[in-house]
Amino acid sequence: MIIRGRVWKFGGNISTDIIIPGRYLRTLNYSLWPKHLMEGIDPTFSSKVRKGDIIVAGKNFGCGSSREQAVLAIKFAGISAVVAESFGWIFFRNAINHGLPAIECPNITKYVETGDIIEIDLANGFIKTPKKTLMIKPYPKFIMDILNAGGLIQYYRRIRK
Amino acid sequence: MSTAIEKIISDHVGVKVHAGEYVETPVDLIYFHDGTGVLVFKHLEEMGVEKLSNVKSAVFFDHSIPPHSIEAATLQRYILNSCRKYGISSIHFMGEGICHQVVHEKGYVKPGQVVVGADSHTPTLGVLGVLALGVGALDAAYALATGKLWLKIPETILITVKGKLPKGVYAKDVILHIVGSLKAYGALGKVIEFSGSLISDLSVESRFTLCNMAVEMGAVSCFQNIDEKTIKYLKDVGVHEFKVYFSDKDSHAEIFSFDASSLEPQIACPHNVDNVKPVVEVEGTPIDQVFIGTCTNGRLEDLIEVAKILKKGKVKPYVKLIIIPASKNILLKAISLGLIEIFLESGAMIGIPGCGPCIGMHMGVLGDGEVAISTSSRNFIGRMGSRKSKIYLASPATAAASALTGEITDPRRFL
Repeated sequence: MIIRGRVWKFGGNISTDIIIPGRYLRTLNYSLWPKHLMEGIDPTFSSKVRKGDIIVAGKNFGCGSSREQAVLAIKFAGISAVVAESFGWIFFRNAINHGLPAIECPNITKYVETGDIIEIDLANGFIKTPKKTLMIKPYPKFIMDILNAGGLIQYYRRIRK
Repeated sequence: MSTAIEKIISDHVGVKVHAGEYVETPVDLIYFHDGTGVLVFKHLEEMGVEKLSNVKSAVFFDHSIPPHSIEAATLQRYILNSCRKYGISSIHFMGEGICHQVVHEKGYVKPGQVVVGADSHTPTLGVLGVLALGVGALDAAYALATGKLWLKIPETILITVKGKLPKGVYAKDVILHIVGSLKAYGALGKVIEFSGSLISDLSVESRFTLCNMAVEMGAVSCFQNIDEKTIKYLKDVGVHEFKVYFSDKDSHAEIFSFDASSLEPQIACPHNVDNVKPVVEVEGTPIDQVFIGTCTNGRLEDLIEVAKILKKGKVKPYVKLIIIPASKNILLKAISLGLIEIFLESGAMIGIPGCGPCIGMHMGVLGDGEVAISTSSRNFIGRMGSRKSKIYLASPATAAASALTGEITDPRRFL
């Protein structure tokens, strides 16, 4: 799997409250969530983001509340992957479960700026940035199986058959 | 050499496993609430699940209660109908209290279990010697369908705390100090085990406050050893049979030691939980709202401390003081102890047991430029309302003292 896209860079400790504030959660109209993506830090973000873009962030991305809408808002905004120096435990699970690649890369924010085009090679374990090619740990088979299925819902349907 | 967590998971999967391994572990209890419940059932439908596994499950209505909007009411009705459809009968409806409090008050939680809750503060239950994991709605749906959860077995770090708490200093101050020291990512991907003479001295209620905020350091969960106090608590809620686990010596990945004997009241300043200072450093900051409650600090002992302070004055005019007991059970006890009368006389508003303004959704929302002091566990930008508002996190005593003066105040001035 190779993912190529334009970068939006954020800092550390981006909480799910920042990714999508609680007051927008009470709806099943999934298309509303991307409109409030990153509203806590940049209310204009949803108007700038394009399909295929990649979010790059510092440590502890997606910390805090377990709300899945944080992952769904990112996914439905068309973001193809999130690369962070580390992830909140629940956010990481939610991302994998919904088939959104969440990739840990320890020093990524040092080598990438907003607007850069980066290329993520999941199978071979590296990220090509304009400044440097960075190594990433390949996912264990268990996680790859969920991602390849398209998420935990599809994975469940497959194993149940 | 294994940690308690490794032993619990090993017994669940039937083979000896260690940190770093991926497993699908059977779970013993699954719970969720009106916030995450909607997606839980949507996912079950999309998965094509018709019948759930036979794992015990329970649903709590605590987040936006009573509903504040047509959409919230409609979605809550959908949850109730789905419970009926899937045969979930353990429903704790609006007004009973916060899931993480009611779930142990009602005796669902037994030491040695693997508990899955679709809410990030599920690790609060680690006080009772369980592996309690906060997850998203899809993990909960998958667990309801299969009885299992995928998991990379986490390492455990040990935090020991010794010393006697000085006057005006509480479990909340201890955990704020620890979060401030280890930082918001200090325990990322790991389980925190608390031990030490101070932990033994603390009440079970105070221990819940500690475990509740482990997640604010990125911890996967929290764990505490069972002792006489927890056994008595469990007996009182009707839990008599369970399996007890302890970590082997030298099984922890890291050890951190703290001494609380010279600790001062602590406060987490905007906009990060780990931006912690002694209260004296920000004393005098004007506030607009005070919120006392939540799964962090809405228990009876918290309300008793609050009453001691509120008895000494009146809430500063035009400061909104909102007090919400964490459960109906706590509210009833607070009424019989005369605490609610003290609160009302002082000028406080009393809310329906539930999450209240902590989640910035349906009540007590902060406006532009407003400043709140809250006994909850999160102060991220916009958490409780406007992204131009500010949240300070502190103990119930500090919050109560601040309500009387209208500015952030060291509670020791009133004790």
